Amino acid sequence: MANNAGQDDFQTKLQNWLPKIVLSPSIAAMVVFVYGFIAFTVYISFSDSKMLPSYDWIGLANYTKLWKLSHWWVSITNLAVFATLYIGICTVLGLSLAILLDQKIRGEGMLRPIYLYPMALSFIVTGTAWKWILDPGIGLENTMHQWGWESFHFDWIKDRNMAIYTVVIAAVWQTSGFVMAMFLAGLRGVDNEILKAAQIDGASNWRLYRRIVIPMLRPAFLSAFVILAHLSVKSYDLIIALTGGGPGRATEVPATFMYSYTFTRNSMGIGAASAVIMLMTIAAIITPYLYAELKEKK
Amino acid sequence: MSFLNIKNATKAYGDVEVLHKIDIAVEEGEFLVLVGPSGCGKSTLLNMIAGLEEISSGEISIKGKTMNGVHPSKRNIAMVFQSYALYPNMTVAKNITFGLEMHNVPKSECASALADVAKLLQIEPLLDRRPGQLSGGQRQRVAMGRALVRNPDVFLFDEPLSNLDAKLRVDMRTEIKRLHEKLKTTMVYVTHDQIEAMTLSTRIAVMFQGYVQQLGTPKQIYDTPSNLYVATFMGSPSMNLLPVDVVDGTDGSQFELKVGEQSTKTVELKGQRLPAGRYTLGLRPEHITDPESADLESCEYLTIESVVEVVEPAGADTFVTTKLQGISVNTRMRGDIEVVTGEVTEFSIDLRRLHFFDPKTELRVELEKVGG
Amino acid sequence: MSNVTQDTAVRTSTFTRIFIYGLLILFAAYYLMPLFVMIVNSLKPLSEITSGNMMALPEVWTLEPWRQAWSKAQIGIEPTGLKPYFVNSLLIVIPAVFISTIIGAINGYVLTKWRFRGDTLIFGALLFSCFIPFQIVLIPMAIVLGKLGIAGSIPGLVLVHVVYGIGFTTLYYRNYYAVFPTELVRAAQIDGAGFFRIFWRIMLPISGPITVVSVIWQFTNVWNDFLFGASFAGQEQPMTVALNNLVQSSTGVKEYNVHFAGAILAALPTLLVYIVAGRYFVRGLMAGSVKG
Repeated sequence: MANNAGQDDFQTKLQNWLPKIVLSPSIAAMVVFVYGFIAFTVYISFSDSKMLPSYDWIGLANYTKLWKLSHWWVSITNLAVFATLYIGICTVLGLSLAILLDQKIRGEGMLRPIYLYPMALSFIVTGTAWKWILDPGIGLENTMHQWGWESFHFDWIKDRNMAIYTVVIAAVWQTSGFVMAMFLAGLRGVDNEILKAAQIDGASNWRLYRRIVIPMLRPAFLSAFVILAHLSVKSYDLIIALTGGGPGRATEVPATFMYSYTFTRNSMGIGAASAVIMLMTIAAIITPYLYAELKEKK
Repeated sequence: MSFLNIKNATKAYGDVEVLHKIDIAVEEGEFLVLVGPSGCGKSTLLNMIAGLEEISSGEISIKGKTMNGVHPSKRNIAMVFQSYALYPNMTVAKNITFGLEMHNVPKSECASALADVAKLLQIEPLLDRRPGQLSGGQRQRVAMGRALVRNPDVFLFDEPLSNLDAKLRVDMRTEIKRLHEKLKTTMVYVTHDQIEAMTLSTRIAVMFQGYVQQLGTPKQIYDTPSNLYVATFMGSPSMNLLPVDVVDGTDGSQFELKVGEQSTKTVELKGQRLPAGRYTLGLRPEHITDPESADLESCEYLTIESVVEVVEPAGADTFVTTKLQGISVNTRMRGDIEVVTGEVTEFSIDLRRLHFFDPKTELRVELEKVGG
Repeated sequence: MSNVTQDTAVRTSTFTRIFIYGLLILFAAYYLMPLFVMIVNSLKPLSEITSGNMMALPEVWTLEPWRQAWSKAQIGIEPTGLKPYFVNSLLIVIPAVFISTIIGAINGYVLTKWRFRGDTLIFGALLFSCFIPFQIVLIPMAIVLGKLGIAGSIPGLVLVHVVYGIGFTTLYYRNYYAVFPTELVRAAQIDGAGFFRIFWRIMLPISGPITVVSVIWQFTNVWNDFLFGASFAGQEQPMTVALNNLVQSSTGVKEYNVHFAGAILAALPTLLVYIVAGRYFVRGLMAGSVKG
């Protein structure tokens, strides 16, 4: 075997640099397409861009205008309602299903994919299906009437005050199975010896879960919250397919607001400002989480 | 120039220096063991010899050629890892010959080298299996095979036995020793287990906090530990440490030893002396024993009577705890002795095997002959 | 999963168990209902839908809505059916998934086995990019795609999906490779294998499980994407955008049965992938590789 002792030979040097060289395209793409673009959009939000980007600085004018728009207030109120219910219901439902499914259920292998499959569908498909099911003329209401429950009344999707809740129904259907899987993974990771010890200590099943198991699922709660929160801020497709933002503006959210102001209402500056606010909302949730995750993994 | 020469080797991560100016010269055919607790820098040093970690300053050379900046594959070394690091997707045969293939060794040569190694390690029936199908001991053998086949100048072992169960560990230890005696190749072996260090090595480097605390043969390290750290690290159960006040006596120095709760006994260092003052006295458990196990003929024993605190029979030996200088000390008696907790029994202290350390510097203090 | 993780040690009474099974089956019905409605009604003639019950099985079974949706229905202005859009989606998805997975694998390999100072920061920045609301990049992306001359084209959408996909693929591979001892790479280095050789010969052959996860994830995400497709596709629209156009079209009678057939067509590839390989995805998910 060759024993070329000596100072750093070229090949060794190359080997030392290769990892960084290989990683650099990704870093470059990230710097340009993510952080560069964010910077650009932030700049646009301070400019008087209308239909086309303009680079004339107008300070905070877009933001002050944005916060005076009733349309924007409707959007963020809707987001608040939607996000609270969506996160809350998905978590409760996901956790309950996971606990039930964790009781050595025969047929778990059958049930789990049934709960999970909606996750494979696009929000457009989900929206199309639920739009129809929720339609009073041909959907659930009609079916109930035909089955003899004449007084059944369910027309939320056409009701300005209730339409946002139909978005919650469809969104929960789509994602709760995924949350279930996250909690199930957490439950399977709980040390059985702890459960046995608690049973010997005389804890009832209810107390066992409330006092011991659920507190141990903290990481799963955190992951579920982060994923659901960022999904709810980003939600766009489902609303387009299910309600189109209507009736009227009853189900507009920041994502649809941003799109229509930027591309159809020729107010790119205001659209950019709303996008910046969306980003800041998500960053406020994600950054501490990522920081903690990465720090502990180091 | 030594075969493997580590000169002033330093490793720093940023501002944090983890290895401080290490100097070790290893002669051809030596078996050097680097021993110390986790985080002492022993694995880092081994990785620096392998070229897996850069050397911050200083030099490492093999056969007189500097290895700084030389790629691991060009140093003609082989390494056995703690996790064995067998390639999970390759058969045992492929695992062993992968390195040869990377060095463009012809197929026929690979085959014969593989056959030799497989025979030497008795792993011929395993060659077509994958690592996942092997037991811990078998994986260990394959990992050794992968190192052996390279016919390297230096073998490096990074805690190779720590993932094995106790019995297998002892068997493999013997096997590694046999292998070294047969091949006479230079070996550097990292472990945290002081028994492995004692049994395998021709020389030991005890490391702690990035320094080599002592470098010497197993006997030197055990019999004349150069500081408190080495003294307590090597040997199990570890050395008892007692504070004593040494004063000048008629024939050499002497000190008072408090036995049990009340009585004291004067220990005379016949013909030997130390400057008066406070010292830490080191006493290995096997040097405090029952009078029958002690070789009293030599009359350099001091026999005392003290209360038994705890008795731990361990088969070949019985470990008995008693109180000296108000401190619980471990003693080692013969296996069939009958002592009872709470009763008084006789202990014989071997006065030739007393170790004195300066309590401030923690360094060993040698006795001087009176008038010598 | 019992081979990977343990069954719970909690014990329950017979009565409770009956109750649990009842609940679980009820929820299974809830999750299956929309799919059932879609399938059943896509096989009915339109008259049966407007007059009938959405839960009822068809009186007359017909595949005509499927034929309509696939090749005849009016999408936008052309009566092409969804077929060309289905092809568009495939042309976007296949290269986007392939490229982003390969890049993710190499990134994961570098970030776990060739660590350097600042790598955690880079990974963190990459991970953060997975979560950004894409609204924040829509405006500059539209400009850049125009400047590159790939606005409104399939290569443009492939680029977009690769760029915003590598965060997730890197995350998957990084978490997966992190479990394998770095000693593997060190042993291979001593054996004389270089950076790429170690990747091809040692890391890739053991990457089967995580590649399944990464491919399924990327496939589902890219196939189901609507925002980028609606914003940047021009004439080369993907399936989701076309389906939305079909369903939302305001002209003529609403052909619900055709809409459903179209929706199932749009869902079919991801559902198939999920049915064929979903087990492995769930396994990867449960192994904690989707932590994040």
